[in-house]
Amino acid sequence: MTLEPFTFLEHTADAKFIARGKTLEEAFANAARATFAIMTDIALVKQTIAKTIEVKATKLEPLLYDFLEALIYYLDTEGFLLAKVTSLDIIRDNDQFILKANILGDSAESYDVHTAVKSVTYNDMFINQDDQGHYEIQVVHDL
Amino acid sequence: MENTHNITPKKISDFAYTIEKTGSMNVPVKIIASEKLMDKMLQDNCITQGIHVATLPGIKGWSVMMPDAHQGYGFSIGGVAAIDCEHGCISPGGIGFDINCGVRLLASNLKKEDVQQKIDPLLNALFRLIPPGVGAKSLYRLTDKELEDVLRNGATWAVKANIGLQEDLECCEESGTMPEADPTKVSQKAKSRGRGQLGTLGAGNHFLEIQYVEEIFDQDIAKTFGITEVGQVVIMIHTGSRGLGHQVCSDYLRKMEEAFPDIIASLPEKDLIYAPAKSPLAKEYYGAMCAAANFAWTNRHVIGHQVRKAFKSVFPESNLQTIYDVAHNIAKKEEHVADGKPFTAWVHRKGATRAFGPKRKEIPERYRNVGQPIFIPGSMGTASYVLVGTEKAMQESFGSTAHGAGRMMSRVQANKNWSGEEIKADLAKEHIIVKAKSWRGISEEAPLAYKDVDEVVKVSHDAGIGSLVAKLKPMGVVKG
Repeated sequence: MTLEPFTFLEHTADAKFIARGKTLEEAFANAARATFAIMTDIALVKQTIAKTIEVKATKLEPLLYDFLEALIYYLDTEGFLLAKVTSLDIIRDNDQFILKANILGDSAESYDVHTAVKSVTYNDMFINQDDQGHYEIQVVHDL
Repeated sequence: MENTHNITPKKISDFAYTIEKTGSMNVPVKIIASEKLMDKMLQDNCITQGIHVATLPGIKGWSVMMPDAHQGYGFSIGGVAAIDCEHGCISPGGIGFDINCGVRLLASNLKKEDVQQKIDPLLNALFRLIPPGVGAKSLYRLTDKELEDVLRNGATWAVKANIGLQEDLECCEESGTMPEADPTKVSQKAKSRGRGQLGTLGAGNHFLEIQYVEEIFDQDIAKTFGITEVGQVVIMIHTGSRGLGHQVCSDYLRKMEEAFPDIIASLPEKDLIYAPAKSPLAKEYYGAMCAAANFAWTNRHVIGHQVRKAFKSVFPESNLQTIYDVAHNIAKKEEHVADGKPFTAWVHRKGATRAFGPKRKEIPERYRNVGQPIFIPGSMGTASYVLVGTEKAMQESFGSTAHGAGRMMSRVQANKNWSGEEIKADLAKEHIIVKAKSWRGISEEAPLAYKDVDEVVKVSHDAGIGSLVAKLKPMGVVKG
């Protein structure tokens, strides 16, 4: 069975989605893609600029928050749009999680970007694992 | 979260409802609404959020909800909480991610008919001088020292740098500067996000509109504000502190989460996190929030200056004067009275506009006898309103009123219902010209995706928390 990478849910004022993955890493990568799919057609974004992200947190939810925020930071400071997560690893080091990701994308100037994510929120956020071991992540972004 | 459908607000007057104090609530909830608006509020969880706010330590009087209240994170949008700044707390969620999102209105000496003939070159000039949309590059990229100055001194920095006029400062809440700003409490990350964004609009519901006066309800007060006749052209700017403010909010939500695990554990929603008034984090956040507010005022001030340049390039005889500039996502230290006792509050206004009545020292001298100007923007293509603050608002809502229409349809749904091209063509039939960076940006902000701003404003007026002064209609829209 193939998992739908992400699905948008109804939300009156902002943007809510569920991202899925067979592993936690895959679900995180799909949450990153969903974040940019709110703003533009990510299938059109070229893979011309490479970036790396490293974040640490003691729990998974703040790890996700900080990971997505790091992407928004690149968007705001450099106009970076995500095309692809080439690698994403989450390792447990004593009492904290460390996430390292390599991503590819392009500069926003050449694309139709119809809205901007202002911030990640904790509103209704969850990271769940089902019986088959698959992960589901829910996020609401402030627009 | 409790289900709002089990909540029955009690009607206490024609336009006010209450939820009495029970359980862990420190104060009751007061909701200012008509029956029609109350029906809408009951469809989401905003009233439950108003109840949660009523449990915060040090909240006084009531947790107040404005006529345009709808569901937010932790706090509802359209909520006011006056929290004791000695013994209470401060909450970033009660202010919002877009710190000092607000509205500036400029009056012109031009008439609708004159501007209509040259609307295209005018919109082109505005589009060039005020970059809209995502990734737009500021024409005022700041050095480290300049950014520090903006954060500390707000719009005063701009006037010293020969951007805009001294009168602009006099016609702005706080004169465009919160003196308690502490730029050292703003993270490097926030500064990097803001550095290249001064003088830019952003995307989403932010816009710049060329409007004309369609109706004047109070001639004398309108005249005091510089609104002299029907058909006069005015310019409305709606934007905030851009990425800098978003990052300040996010940084302090995370810091408070780490610093106060016991508080987090006791809250029904994580986004209600606060710092107790006496904690160092409360002081740090307030300093950073004031700095972000200064960035926002400087942003709207710079945009106002660019609007003047654009108008001059098409109408050399044009003269634009700032009427006022209001914040609708902010906390301010103010003197109020609750239960007969005066106290100093951090008045948290999240999606609410200050509505001070006559005589308050915070109002510029030229308006002090009548009350402060209030601007309530509609959605794209619909009317916006000018109101004036009232004495009654001081008693009913800690000197606050509504801030806008409020969405009632998701962006996803709006985008399914209409295309950007359709919306643009429909508005053009009504002589409203839209110039946007993105077609889908237009459909997501479709007028019918929003509540009826007319009803929101009418209730503010009838409830006495903001009196109608003038109705404005758009003729040109610039958006991201």
